[in-house]
Amino acid sequence: MAADESYPEDLRYHAEHDWARIEGEEASFGITWYAQEALGEVVFFEPPEIGTTVSRDEAYAEVESVKAVSDVIAPLSGEVIAVNDDAGENPEVINNDPYGDGWMVRVRLTDTAEVDSLLDVEAYRRLLADES
Amino acid sequence: MSAAADLKRTPLYEEHRAAGARLVPFAGWEMPVQYAGVKEEHLAVREHCGVFDVSHMGEIETRGPGAQSFLQRALSNDVGKLEIGGAQYSCLCAADGGILDDLFTYRLAEDRFLTVSNAANHESDLAHLLDLAADFEVEVSDVASDYAMLAVQGPEARGIVAGLADSELPPRMRTAWAEVAGVPMLVCGTGYTGEAGVELLVPPAQARVVWRALLDAGATPAGLGARDTLRLEVCFHLHGNEIGPDRNPIEAGLGWCCKEETGFLGCEAIAAARAQGTTEKLVALTISDRGIPRAGNPLLAAGEVIGALTSGTFAPSLGLGAGMGYVRSDLASPGTRLEVDIRGKHRAAEIKAMPLYEKSK
Repeated sequence: MAADESYPEDLRYHAEHDWARIEGEEASFGITWYAQEALGEVVFFEPPEIGTTVSRDEAYAEVESVKAVSDVIAPLSGEVIAVNDDAGENPEVINNDPYGDGWMVRVRLTDTAEVDSLLDVEAYRRLLADES
Repeated sequence: MSAAADLKRTPLYEEHRAAGARLVPFAGWEMPVQYAGVKEEHLAVREHCGVFDVSHMGEIETRGPGAQSFLQRALSNDVGKLEIGGAQYSCLCAADGGILDDLFTYRLAEDRFLTVSNAANHESDLAHLLDLAADFEVEVSDVASDYAMLAVQGPEARGIVAGLADSELPPRMRTAWAEVAGVPMLVCGTGYTGEAGVELLVPPAQARVVWRALLDAGATPAGLGARDTLRLEVCFHLHGNEIGPDRNPIEAGLGWCCKEETGFLGCEAIAAARAQGTTEKLVALTISDRGIPRAGNPLLAAGEVIGALTSGTFAPSLGLGAGMGYVRSDLASPGTRLEVDIRGKHRAAEIKAMPLYEKSK
């Protein structure tokens, strides 16, 4: 049921274990396989409201396991245009499909140049190797 | 040198590593907080059988002609009612009625008792008891290194242990020596989960044999994370959270195990609290809609802070956020609606009768 370890090539990664799927002026965010594995089973997630401003490197939501609360960090700055209410209702989808149905928010980016500050999959994998 | 190098390890440390446990520091020990996952382990205990390594807990033996009188002075409960082969829950109090620890005591013989202490308080409990013992004809010894301890809990727990035992298991609140998996041990009809089961006091050198036999017989390894969610659902106290030197048993709801007529240390203060009532009272609550309450979260009624949580978690058997905490006594009735301030968000909650979780009959 839980996902196998993976880091899709088409995503960009933030050092705090968050991913961004960039599509022009918009992007979707979520947490990586590594983050959900470290957290354990997610039992609570409440997405922010549509219209919320998110800032790169700052927390925009929390995910909770039975024992712990973890900040979810925005890889890029923007305005929230859609949220995944399904993940709010069934937070285990964040563990089972962290890059697909486990997406958290979709934003309209305010500074696409920020994308250059993110890691590609190779750099993120190197970061993970260094951390372990 | 890392901090981890100073932590104590139980005889089952390698078993936990081999089982993929996440190990964390706890009361000076390196202990498994989870294996497969807290929720999974919690449900395994509620539905089948889990086994916990609780070897970090301490054991203190009391022997001698004055043993009962001594323990009558030290412990809040009536030790005169503790029969040979019996088990009894008590508070260990200071002179002002503050709770130094909560303990289980087993009577092994007319003048021989074994008391199990919380890991974090073992040294201070021992010092306190040795100090009190000076006035009695009694020998108080630290026997923690003589025992490893396993808790086997769940509806299938007794069946699993009985299948490995050479004799009948003692019933609830009784204790007996038996051989389990060929290992002689003290079997106690006690637990901290609200499930049927036993706690096994085992020679440390044989702990691995017993652990493996239990796993082979179908017990699921369960860690301290699940131990906490299980006990919180049935509203058992955790010393350091619900009880401590700054709380008395009356406000904590532990007046039932205090028998002031036995003259235990602290009885006067507790009698006064019982007679006068207390400003605050311990309650249990569940979150009405969304959110998970955590220890320390303020509790509010009509926008005013009326208390704080001492423990909080997601309760897997309830499917809700749940916790315990102290509130103003006049607001402590079940059914009282209040709010929990969870890191700035106010979430609706309701005080419920204890326990929050009960097995359906």
